Amino acid sequence: MSIWRQLTRGARAIVRASQADRELDEELRQYEDEAAAEYEGKGLSPDAARRAARLDVGSHLATREAVRESAWESVVMTVLRDLRYAARRLRRAPGFTIISALTLALGIGATTAIFSAVNPILFAPLPYPGASRVVSIWDARTETTPVAVTFGTFRELAERAHSFDALSAFKPWQPALTGDARAERLDGQRVSAGYFRALGIAPVLGRDFDARDDVVNGPNVAIITAGLWRRRFGGDPSVVGKAATLSGGLFTIVGVLPPGFDDVLAPTAEIYAPLQYDASLPSDGREWGHHLRMIGRVHDGLSIDTARNELIAIAAHPVVEFRRAPWAGLENGLIVNSLQRDVSRSVRPALLAIFGAVLLLLLIAVVNVTNLMLARGAERRGEFAMRAALGAGRSRIVRQLLIESLLLATVGGAAGVAVAAGGVRAVVALTPPGLPRAAAIGVDGAVLLFALAVTVTIGVVVGVVPAFQVSRDLVVGLREHSSRVTGGHRFVRRALVVAEVALAIVLLVGAGLLLRSMRHLFAIAPGFDPSQVLTMQVQIAATKYRGPDAASRFFAAALERVTAVPGVTAAAWTSQLPLSGDFDKYGAFFESSPNELRADDQSALRYAVTSRYFDVMHVPLRRGRLLDDRDAQPNVPVAVLLSESLARRAFPGGNAIGQHMHLGATNGPWFTVVGVVGDVKQASLAINEPDAVYVPAARWEYPDYVRSLVVRTRVDPSSLAASIKAAIWSLDPDEPIVRVAAYDDLVTRSEAQRRFALLLFEAFAVVAVTLAAIGIYGVLSGAVGERTREIGVRTALGASRGDVIGLIVGQGLALAVAGVGIGLAIAAVASRVIATLLFGVSPLDPATYAVVAVALIVIASVACLLPALRAARIDPIETLRV
Amino acid sequence: MGDSNTDVIQGTLDLLILKTLSLEPMHGFGITRRVEQISRGVFKVNPGSLMVALQRLERAGYVNAEWTQTENSRRARIYSLTRSGRKQLDEETADWNRRAAAIARLLKAEG
Repeated sequence: MSIWRQLTRGARAIVRASQADRELDEELRQYEDEAAAEYEGKGLSPDAARRAARLDVGSHLATREAVRESAWESVVMTVLRDLRYAARRLRRAPGFTIISALTLALGIGATTAIFSAVNPILFAPLPYPGASRVVSIWDARTETTPVAVTFGTFRELAERAHSFDALSAFKPWQPALTGDARAERLDGQRVSAGYFRALGIAPVLGRDFDARDDVVNGPNVAIITAGLWRRRFGGDPSVVGKAATLSGGLFTIVGVLPPGFDDVLAPTAEIYAPLQYDASLPSDGREWGHHLRMIGRVHDGLSIDTARNELIAIAAHPVVEFRRAPWAGLENGLIVNSLQRDVSRSVRPALLAIFGAVLLLLLIAVVNVTNLMLARGAERRGEFAMRAALGAGRSRIVRQLLIESLLLATVGGAAGVAVAAGGVRAVVALTPPGLPRAAAIGVDGAVLLFALAVTVTIGVVVGVVPAFQVSRDLVVGLREHSSRVTGGHRFVRRALVVAEVALAIVLLVGAGLLLRSMRHLFAIAPGFDPSQVLTMQVQIAATKYRGPDAASRFFAAALERVTAVPGVTAAAWTSQLPLSGDFDKYGAFFESSPNELRADDQSALRYAVTSRYFDVMHVPLRRGRLLDDRDAQPNVPVAVLLSESLARRAFPGGNAIGQHMHLGATNGPWFTVVGVVGDVKQASLAINEPDAVYVPAARWEYPDYVRSLVVRTRVDPSSLAASIKAAIWSLDPDEPIVRVAAYDDLVTRSEAQRRFALLLFEAFAVVAVTLAAIGIYGVLSGAVGERTREIGVRTALGASRGDVIGLIVGQGLALAVAGVGIGLAIAAVASRVIATLLFGVSPLDPATYAVVAVALIVIASVACLLPALRAARIDPIETLRV
Repeated sequence: MGDSNTDVIQGTLDLLILKTLSLEPMHGFGITRRVEQISRGVFKVNPGSLMVALQRLERAGYVNAEWTQTENSRRARIYSLTRSGRKQLDEETADWNRRAAAIARLLKAEG
C-alpha cells in the first residue's frame, strides 16, 4: 500500500512537477492566510499580521525545494535534468556528437550482429529440453577424425548401455516428393525409433516412431516438419494418416513436428522415416557400414562423463552375444561429446575468430570515442571550472560527464541495434551452407540484452577516463588557472592512439593471413578444370527404375538428350562430384598386395562414372587407357581406373595396369585396373585425399539413383541450365534436379567457411584502419592547435615549412610506429587463434606482417599530412601578435 | 517568537503530527496551532518542516490528504489519520514513553 503510494505519488510528481508545485504553493498561501487571520485576531493591523505570517511561513521556494528533495523522485528528476543538459551539450557540438555516435553505432552494431550469429551456435543451449544431456557418439577408429558408427555398434550399445533415456542412429535421406506439384527433392533423415526422444521433441500432431516402425521391411511411415506440412500439405490438420509419394513409394504420414523444431543434426531436413535396418546384422549388408551418426540422451541426474565411461567400458569388453565385424571392433573406443560441442566443432574456430575480430573492432571504436571525449574535455575545461566555481561539487561534474557519455553510448547503441538488424541479414546471407542453427540467427532478446550490456559498459568506459582527467584538472587547473595543463591529456590521448593502431594491426594481420590463405587455396589445381562446366544433381526413384538396368537406361537416355542441347560439347554422369560436399569411400583391396593395404585400413573414393567423364572434367590420363562405352557392357570384366597416388602407393614398382582389385564388397568378381589418371581434390582444396577408383557406372552392383551431371559447354555454363533441365524432364518430369551450378561457383562455395571469415575480417580491418587514421588525425590536429604559438616561434626563428611538416609528421609517425610494433607483437600471439583457418601460410608469415606494417605506416602518414600542412601555414606574425 | 519557543525535537515531529491528527482531521496551519497550544508554546512547528513531514506521512499511508472547502469557502488541504496511521501512532507513543522513561531514570541517577 505505502510502496504503491510512494510510486504513484512520486511518478505524479515527476510527470506533473508544476502541478505539485502549485498545490504546495496554494497550501502555503492558505497557511499564511490562516496565520495572518490569527495575528489580526490578536490585534495586529492587517499589514503587520500579513508580515508576521509571511515571516512564519518563510520562503515558499525553499520549502518547495525541501519537499521535493525529501522524496525519492528527486534523484530521478536530477538525472533527468542532467540528461536534458547533456543532450543540450551534445546538440551544441554536432560534429563531435555525430562522429562519436556513428563510430559507436558501427562498433556496437557490428559486434551485436556477429553476436547474434554466433550466440545460437556457440553460447546458447541447443533448442531442446535438457539439451546439455544430449550427446553424440562416434567410433574412435582412427586417431585423427571421429568415424561414423555401424548399425552393429548401435545395436550393441542400445542393448548394453544403461545410462541413456534414448539412443538413436540415423543417416541422411533425400527422397523425391512427387504429387500435384513439380517433383521436389526433400532433405530428410532415416532415423532409428528413438531419434526424437533422444532430442526431447514430440510431434504436435500424430505420433512419434516406435519400435514396430523400425524393423526391417517395416511400414512406410514418415514424420514431417511443420514447415513441410504448411508448404506441401496446406497445414491440413487431418494430414496424419494420409499418404505421400516419396521416391516412388507410398508413405503414410504419422506425425507433424512442432513449428519451432530446429534439427541441428540436419538443418535442412524436413522429413523423417524409420531406419529399418536388419537387427539380425547380416555380415555382408549395410548394417556393418560405417555410415551412421549416433546420438543419445543421458538419464537425468547422470553426467556425460558417467555415460561416456560406461560406453567406453562396453567398447573395451566385447561379449559373445554381440559379435562385432573386424572393422567395427571398437578397439580404440568411442568418442562421446555433448551434441552442442559436436555440431559446432567445424565452425567453432571460424566463429570464435570472427567474434574476437569484432570485439577488437569494438575496442577500437571505444578508444576512438574516448579520445574524442578527452579532446572535448580539454576544450570544455573553462566550462567545468566555471561550474565548479559556482559550487558544483567534483562528483556532480563527474556525474554530468558520465551521463553525457552514457547518453552518447545510448544514441550509438540504438543506432547500433539498427545497424545490427541490417547486418544480421548480410551475415546470414554470407554464412557457409550447412551452418547449424542458421534459422535462429536474428536480433532476439538475448541479442538486445547483449547490445544493452555493451552500450552501458561503453558509456561508462568512454566517460570514466575523461571524467577522471577533468576532475584532476579541477584540482590542478583551478589553482594554476592555466589553459596549458595538458600534459596528462596529451599522454593519455597518445597512448590511446598507439593502442588503436596496435588493435588495427592485429585485425589487419588476421585479414592478411586469411587473404593469403585464400590465394594459396585457389592457386591449388583441383585436378580438373571447372571452367565452362555446368553441373547438377539428378535423383530418380528406385521404385520406378528397379534394378541397375532400368536406372542405367534412364541415365543413358538422359545423357543423350543433354548432349543434344546446343552449346554442349560433352556430358557425363558421376556418382560423386569433386568439391561439392559429396563423400563416398570404399575399402580398396588388391589381389597382389591384399594385406598391406588392408592393414592400414585403406579406403578410396569411389567414382561410378560414364565414359566421357574425363573429357568433361579434363582429368588427365597418366598411363593405360580411359574407360569407354565397351566397358559398360555386362559381359566383359569390370575395368577400373586408379588415381595416380593410389596406383603409386599400391604398386610402387609402377605396374598397376592389369592388376586385380575389389572395391567395397570382396565376394564379387575382381575388377581389372586398365588405366591411371591424375589426382583430384574431393572434400576440399585444402585436403589431400587423393586415393580414388573410377568404376563404369553401369557395372556397379547397386545402381546409384543419385548422380551428378557434368556438362562441358561452349557458352556460359549457367545460360544452359534451363535447357538442360528441360531436356532431362522431357524424359521424366517427376525426377527432381538440384544443386544446379556453374562448377566454378561450386569450387568457390567449397571454401565458404574461410571466405566467410575472410570477408568479415576484411570488412573489420578496413573499418579499424579508418578509425585508427581518424584517431591519429584527431590527436595531431589537437596538438597543432595547442602548439600554434610554439610553431609560430619556430617559424619566426627560421624553421622552414619542411621543418614544421617534418615535426608534425614525425610526431604522428612516432605514434604509428609504436602502435605498429606493439600490434605486430600482439598479432604474433593472437594469430594462433585463426591457425586452423589458414592454409599454406604460417600464423607468423613474415611477408604478411611486413606488408601490413608498411600499409599502416603509409596510411598514418597520410593522416598526419593534413594537420602538418595546416601547421606549415601558421603565420608567425599572426600567432605572436598577442 | 519568544525565546521560550523551542523547535520540535528532532524525530518527534511525525509523532506530534499523528497525535494531533488523531484528535480530528485538520489542515497544516491547524496542526501547527494545535501543537503550540497543547505544548503551551514550548514547541513551535516550522511550516517548511511540516510540509516535508506531511508529504512523508502521506506517502507512507499514515495520513490521507484531501482538498476540501473550508467554512469561508477557501480550498484547504485537510489531513486525516488512516487506520495504519493510528497503529503507527500507538507504536511511536509506546516507543517514546519507553525512551522518555529511560532518559528520566538516567537524569535522576546523575542528579
